[in-house]
Amino acid sequence: MGASFSAYLYLIAAVMFIMALRGLSSPETARSGNFYGMGGMAIAILTTISLPEVNSYGLIIAGIVIGGGIGGFIAMRIQMTALPQLVAAFHSLVGLAACTVAMAAFYNPTPYGIGVPGNIAMGSLIEMSLGLAIGAITFTGSIIAFGKLQGLITGKPVTFPGQHILNAALGILLIALVAWMATTNSIVAFWLVFAIALIAGVLIIIPIGGADMPVVISMLNSYSGWAAAGIGFTLGNPLLIITGSLVGASGAILSYIMCKGMNRSFFSVILGGFGGEAATGTAADNGDKVVKKGSADDASFIMGNASSVIIVPGYGMAVAQAQHALREMTDMLKAEGVNVRYAIHPVAGRMPGHMNVLLAEANVPYDEVLELDEINRDFAQTDVAFVIGANDVTNPLAKTDPTSAIYGMPILDVERAKTVLFVKRSMASGYAGVDNPLFFNDNTMMLFGDAKKVCEDIIKTMSGGH
Amino acid sequence: MASDVLLSQAKTISGQASELLESSKSLENAITSMGSDAVGHGAVEPLYFGLTVLILACFVGYYVVWRVTPALHSPLMGVTNAISSVIIVGALIAAGPSEFGFAQIMGFIGVILASINIFGGFIVTQRMLAMFKRKGK
Repeated sequence: MGASFSAYLYLIAAVMFIMALRGLSSPETARSGNFYGMGGMAIAILTTISLPEVNSYGLIIAGIVIGGGIGGFIAMRIQMTALPQLVAAFHSLVGLAACTVAMAAFYNPTPYGIGVPGNIAMGSLIEMSLGLAIGAITFTGSIIAFGKLQGLITGKPVTFPGQHILNAALGILLIALVAWMATTNSIVAFWLVFAIALIAGVLIIIPIGGADMPVVISMLNSYSGWAAAGIGFTLGNPLLIITGSLVGASGAILSYIMCKGMNRSFFSVILGGFGGEAATGTAADNGDKVVKKGSADDASFIMGNASSVIIVPGYGMAVAQAQHALREMTDMLKAEGVNVRYAIHPVAGRMPGHMNVLLAEANVPYDEVLELDEINRDFAQTDVAFVIGANDVTNPLAKTDPTSAIYGMPILDVERAKTVLFVKRSMASGYAGVDNPLFFNDNTMMLFGDAKKVCEDIIKTMSGGH
Repeated sequence: MASDVLLSQAKTISGQASELLESSKSLENAITSMGSDAVGHGAVEPLYFGLTVLILACFVGYYVVWRVTPALHSPLMGVTNAISSVIIVGALIAAGPSEFGFAQIMGFIGVILASINIFGGFIVTQRMLAMFKRKGK
């Protein structure tokens, strides 16, 4: 196959990838969009395999079968609650794959047409080292994110004195090493770039707390794209550059949306240390107030007599695997003629859109699930807000207390509903370590217990009473 | 007489001079065209070309991704994860040559890693999207 013909095929693949993202503008077109993505990938792989310099078909097919088998097996088995960990793990693999390609190109540049071993053009070396460094950072950074999400390492921010100085020093060292490698073709410099970038990846993610995980995942998503783009420059392959840029832009936009959902600057997330630190100041003055505790009976009575209910799910619902019981409960309410809708905060869950997937998994129709902007005004005309596993995203302090850690964060105005039912394990504060004054409001009733258990109890009393 | 000879010699010389001018002009043309050829095709900085693609693709990405409905942000991550594994193209080229060496081993590992992502990413996205249903279906 001629070089220009394969270039056209790569272009078609790139357009199909754009179509894949385009399809996600609505759930109806999303599935066909995913098939565009698969088609584009198939074209890219087959085109590359038919290049004249690619001959070892047995080895390649073995690699694809092994990798595809592992990937397919994991993807079929994974629980939707574990989606964030899975995505983090996948990002780490993209990062490592970028590193292996950079290594291959450095040791045997001939097939890529960028020089001979030990004598590669400086421009190619710079591009290669960027791909290598970003790939390595993505690799270890994603492993740390995976560990935090999976609970293998503490979700609390890990900070130590001099951290920022160390990071800055590593960054400067990395640039110096890239310059050394690019000017001298040094093998030592190449491996040092790799090693320092691996360390940098750990240090970048480790100070970021659990509350910021949606940002971290999006950020690593973006990095994995830039790593691919960097390799695309080395290989002079527009398909890799286009795809890498699409992914890089996508991750950056998601990071931006997540930061905005928490009213945090991207910079302060990167610097880390948010969440898990003992809350100072606001915690003390609630000592004399009492909360109103409710039972499943109370909850089913209140909701059964309501004409409209808005459910506000959070990560606690996912942890308790309560989405199915919750949907069953809302089905019974709907059978009673109650108007039930769901309100999703942008940072609910641990990755963008996580709650939507979990509700979809429990067969909640997606047109009942609304975003913050779409539904927030309706709380005032709603009888019951049923908050399950969410906390910080409903905290009115974000609007009223400029000293609060979450001040300025857009929140769901659940307190405007006639009654607020709060399903919670205990009185503990949320990720941000901030107390929620909503618990003490007159129109708030606390339903203590495991989210799934509470929903099941409500179902029981509702089916018993009618 | 001598003046006649001189005149004819002067004519010859001027003829040669104009010939020289002609050929120098054509030489100049050739050089210019060679130069512009070099600028127009072969010697365009690959970096310039790559950056053009990068920047335009970032704009496409920006507008396409902002149109993605927030409800589908998780599938978006799944798809971008899968397509960023297009890096397999580089791994395939590394694994491609028949001679066995370090580069080929790296390429083989790269093919495995990227394949995990490609299959894993597309399948998990498909699973997610299959669950999104409208009311009453």
